[in-house]
Amino acid sequence: MADIAIIDYGMGNVHSVCKALNKVLDKNSTVKITNSLNDLSDCSHIVFPGQGAASECMINIDKNLDIVEFKKIISQKPFLGICMGLQVLMTHSEENEGSNCLNILDGKVLSIKRKMNSNLKVPHMGWNKVKQESKHPLWGNIPNGAFFYFVHSYFVKPLDKSNVLSTTNYDLDFASALYKDNIAAVQFHPEKSSKMGLRLLENFINWNGEI
Amino acid sequence: MSLYKRIIPCLDVANGRVVKGTKFINIVDAGDPVEVAKRYDQEGADEIAFLDITATHEARKTIIETVEKVACEVFIPLTVGGGVSNYSDVLNLLSAGADKVAINSAAVANPNLINQVTDKIGRQCIVAAIDVKQNKNNSNWTVYTHGGRNSTEIDAFQWAKELCDRGAGEILLTSMDRDGTKKGFDLDLLNLISSAVSIPVIASGGAGTLEHLRDAVVVGKADAVLAASIFHYSIYSIQEAKEYMRKHGVLVRI
Repeated sequence: MADIAIIDYGMGNVHSVCKALNKVLDKNSTVKITNSLNDLSDCSHIVFPGQGAASECMINIDKNLDIVEFKKIISQKPFLGICMGLQVLMTHSEENEGSNCLNILDGKVLSIKRKMNSNLKVPHMGWNKVKQESKHPLWGNIPNGAFFYFVHSYFVKPLDKSNVLSTTNYDLDFASALYKDNIAAVQFHPEKSSKMGLRLLENFINWNGEI
Repeated sequence: MSLYKRIIPCLDVANGRVVKGTKFINIVDAGDPVEVAKRYDQEGADEIAFLDITATHEARKTIIETVEKVACEVFIPLTVGGGVSNYSDVLNLLSAGADKVAINSAAVANPNLINQVTDKIGRQCIVAAIDVKQNKNNSNWTVYTHGGRNSTEIDAFQWAKELCDRGAGEILLTSMDRDGTKKGFDLDLLNLISSAVSIPVIASGGAGTLEHLRDAVVVGKADAVLAASIFHYSIYSIQEAKEYMRKHGVLVRI
C-alpha cells in the first residue's frame, strides 16, 4: 500500500505520470497531484516529474514550496525524479544563462549539443538502452539493457560515480539514472516506456527507500 | 552512435473510432482506438500517431475524449494531429494525454504559432507536419495545406528549415506524390529535408514493403517511419518490420 504524491509546480506533464501510476497501483493505494508541503509530509512516496528549463523549474519550486523544508521532506521517504526531476537535483545547470539547482546530488547539468558530436540530433528523442550500473530495487524484473523512452536536450554529470544507477549511450555514455539513499532519479520517461516503464514505477511503489 | 529508428503506426480517427479506407474505398470502422493502440504497443510500436479526420468542429471534441481514453491504457508516446489550429487546441490535446501535437496548415497560416507553443511548453511537444508535392518544372518540392487541397508558394526545403528555427521538435514529412501508392518513400525528398534540419525527420507517404521502411532510414536518412495501410491491413506486423530492419543493419528497439 502506498500514498503517492506527484509534485506539481506548474510545468510538468504530471497527468501522464499520474495515469501510469494509476495503472500499476493496488486498490488500497492513492495518488495525488499536489504542491503542498503538508501533502508531501503525509505521503509515503514522492514522484517529481518535469519538463522545461532548469532555471524556470527552480523559480517555480521556489514560488510554490519552501526549498529548505522541501529538501528536508524529500530526504525522508522514497523519492523518484523524472527528467527535469533528475536534473534539478544537481548542483548547477548550464541551461539558459545557467542556474543553481537543489544541490542534493553533486554535479552538473550539461548541454548535449555542446558536449557531444555536433551532428547528433537534439533533443535526444526516442528509445534507448539503459545499462544498469548498480543493483537497486528499481531494477526488479527489468533486464539489463532494456529500452526506455528519452526526450531531453541536457544530461547530468555527477561528481561522485557511486551515484550512477544507469548509463546510456548517445555518442558518449551519460548517466541516465542516479541514486543516493532514498532518492532515485531517471532521465528517461518510465510513464512512456511501455511495459518496462510501468514495471519500474511498480518497483518504485514497492520500494521502502532502503538500498 | 545514432538513435534507434522508430516505427510509428498512424491511425485515422473519426467520431471516437478508428477508421480505414482510401479515397477509392468507402471508409469502414476498424475498431476501438484503445484496443488498436494497445495491440500496436504489444507488437512493439515505438509511438502511435492519431490523425483526426473528423470534418466538423462539433465532432472534433470527441478526439479529446479518445486521447484521454487511450492515454489511460497505452504508455508509449502519442502524437495527435489533424485540424489543430491554435494554441488552445494544442494545450487541450496535451492535457488530454497527447505527448506531441502535429501542426500543419495552421503553421503556414501563422508561423508564429510554432514559436508561441514551443517557447511555453518546449519543442519536444510539437511535430511540424509538412505535405509536399514535387514540381514538374524544377524538381523542387512545394508545400500544400488543408490535407493537400491547397497549394502554396512555399518551398519545402526552406519551410523545413524555418520550422526547425522556430522551435519545432520534429518534422513529419509526407510526400503527396507517393501517399497511398505503396511505391516507397520519396528518398530524394527525405535526404534533402534531413540534411536541412537538426531535428528528427519522420518519413510518411508511400510505404508498401518492408524494404521501403529500411530505405527511408538507410538511404533517406529518416529518423522514424510512419505507416498506415501496411500495418492496418495486416500485410506486415510491426514486429516483422522491426526484424527485417534489424536484419538489414538498422538499429531498432526489439
